[in-house]
Amino acid sequence: MNQSVEFHARIRRALDNAQGRHNFRSAMDGFRDKRAAQFPDEHCLCEQRALARTVRGNALRRLPDLLEQLEQNLERNGIRVHWAETPEEANHKVQELLQAQGATRVVKGKSMVTEEIGLNHHLEQNGFEVLESDLGEFIIQLAGEAPSHIVVPAVHKNRHEIAALLHRYDPDIPLTDDVDRLTQEARRILREKFEQADAGISGVNFAVAETGTLCLVENEGNGRMCTTVPPLHIAITGIEKVVEKLSDVPHLLRLLPRSATGQPITTYFNMISAPRRPGERDGPESVHLILLDNGRSRIHADETFRQTLQCIRCGACINHCPVYVQVGGHAYGTTYPGPIGCVLEPQRLGIDQIGTLASACTLCGACGEVCPVGIPLPKLINRIRAESVQGGADSPVRGAGTLRRGPEALLWKLWAGIHARPMLYRLTTRLIARMSGLLPNRLGPWTRYRTAPRLATSTLHEWAKRQGYQDE
Amino acid sequence: MNTPDSVYFYATCLVDLVYPQAGQAAMALIESAGIRVIYPADQTCCGQPAFNSGYRNEAREVVRRQLNCFARAIPIVVPSASCAGMIKHHWPELFAGEAEEDRVRGIAKRVYELTEFLVEVLHLELTDYGEPVRVVLHNSCSAHREMGVTRHIGQLLKQLTQVEVVEPVHATECCGFGGTFAVKQAEISGAMVEDKCRDIVDTGASRLLSQDCGCLMNIGGALDKSQAGVRAQHIAEFLRERSLEPER
Repeated sequence: MNQSVEFHARIRRALDNAQGRHNFRSAMDGFRDKRAAQFPDEHCLCEQRALARTVRGNALRRLPDLLEQLEQNLERNGIRVHWAETPEEANHKVQELLQAQGATRVVKGKSMVTEEIGLNHHLEQNGFEVLESDLGEFIIQLAGEAPSHIVVPAVHKNRHEIAALLHRYDPDIPLTDDVDRLTQEARRILREKFEQADAGISGVNFAVAETGTLCLVENEGNGRMCTTVPPLHIAITGIEKVVEKLSDVPHLLRLLPRSATGQPITTYFNMISAPRRPGERDGPESVHLILLDNGRSRIHADETFRQTLQCIRCGACINHCPVYVQVGGHAYGTTYPGPIGCVLEPQRLGIDQIGTLASACTLCGACGEVCPVGIPLPKLINRIRAESVQGGADSPVRGAGTLRRGPEALLWKLWAGIHARPMLYRLTTRLIARMSGLLPNRLGPWTRYRTAPRLATSTLHEWAKRQGYQDE
Repeated sequence: MNTPDSVYFYATCLVDLVYPQAGQAAMALIESAGIRVIYPADQTCCGQPAFNSGYRNEAREVVRRQLNCFARAIPIVVPSASCAGMIKHHWPELFAGEAEEDRVRGIAKRVYELTEFLVEVLHLELTDYGEPVRVVLHNSCSAHREMGVTRHIGQLLKQLTQVEVVEPVHATECCGFGGTFAVKQAEISGAMVEDKCRDIVDTGASRLLSQDCGCLMNIGGALDKSQAGVRAQHIAEFLRERSLEPER
């Protein structure tokens, strides 16, 4: 089926789900208020954002060098580095590493990159037991769903739905509205799993080239458990997550949680620099990092689109998106929803696959306004639209031009033909104004929600001429 | 800047064909300060609909034909933050590397959104001759985030002593118009404007004001459809209506 038809079906489903919409609205309103409270001083935010953008921009400008340096320093620290071009390569590498250790039970910390490559599915198909240990991820794993948000994956569920899921998983867990109680029950289940696990898999927020340090930001402590308790830790991240120096990290870290959830700082901040050393009492015996490309090099090659890779995955653009708040994350049908998804996914997967996402945007600018690393999201969405209909073989985006439809293109040609010929424009608008009484009251989807616009019986051009207004 | 003796008025296609009374009011407000208004007959559309739909070549073609409209180095006043933002920020982007780039940049620098011009350049003083009224203000996304002109509309309304100005909750959230978005993503657009109308009606205001006709057409149309009893009006019309001395 055509991507646009599928997209509209998902949108319809999302809009028909009153409970889901209510959940998104109240959660996003909350995140917006909390974020605003964290940035009382606009000037201060501008300075911090400029610094963060510089840090990310510098890292991307020197990406190949920094990745080499990162690899050297990680290896020196005893962390093995593996490169994966495609999701398949990454999945097989994980499987290989697990099998080499005879590992079968895996706990995972939250990682969008593993969602991107479908790691859970791959591992489960190959006989591994995979358990998501982030509470939100655990909940949607129980529900058999994908995350609806990159920071709060189960944000579409309310406490009643969560209670029902937990109860179904373990009938000993009571059906209760008490969030603390539910959290305690989930914690009890997860603790057992941490102790039994053969391997832990995590993402990475920042990979520091200078020191070979993997930084992991989280709130629940599950990330720390995943990366310290099991004997094997495998971290997976996109190649763009590298930063140059350890001193770059605070510039990003002070913006990330405040932008994401309105927290001044997260409960946990992990800096992983080596496996367990002789004499140390805890930590994994071996640590591996898989660096995934999956289209990022191609995005990196275009200077404008490269800004997409500045993203630190805070989700602020999503929280502030007026479209996301209506339809939620599943409607997008991609790993990354919202404004960053509209920009990243068509580049990653191709315009011919999912370019239509860029239509789900009013270009209101809310995303660009809150992005802590200054990604010009509206500008990039607009550019994706241009590549979709007018991009040619030289376009940096795969599938460019594939959304060009003859009738629509003809309509714009006609539009330009009229608006680039002032005399013809004046004649046409005058005729339309004369016939304004004949305009139907029903104008397709517009009048499903609104009355038809009332056209003037005489245009402003005509009035200005009658009044004697001059050109010079 | 010093007060100019004359300005170009760029009406926008929506004002031309759907809201000419807003254009007339805007021109009258400028003239009330003794400024001559020049109305270039060859103006059509700023090109935004095509530009935002990805049809940059068509947008460029339409803009190129209008560059002659603004020969003199005087301000260009636009009764829409969205179209003003298109000229100020996106025309230069559209003509980057083109022969007309410098000319386009020169034009972009002279663009003012109407309320910005009335406050920053004309320092317009208003007297309120109207009855007490509560109005709800919808600043367009472009006014907020592209032009940064929301304080100007507020400063003008503050001078009207009988007017109580309120803002809806989610005030900075988009109304769901988005040009061709309202057609291409009609259902999301409908859901968005439904939310916007609810927030507006909740303020208890009887009139909705905005500096952008796109928002007015969208929200106003939805308010009419639900017979909410809130009338949508362009800020220029409202200002003129309130500040003109009643005829005796």
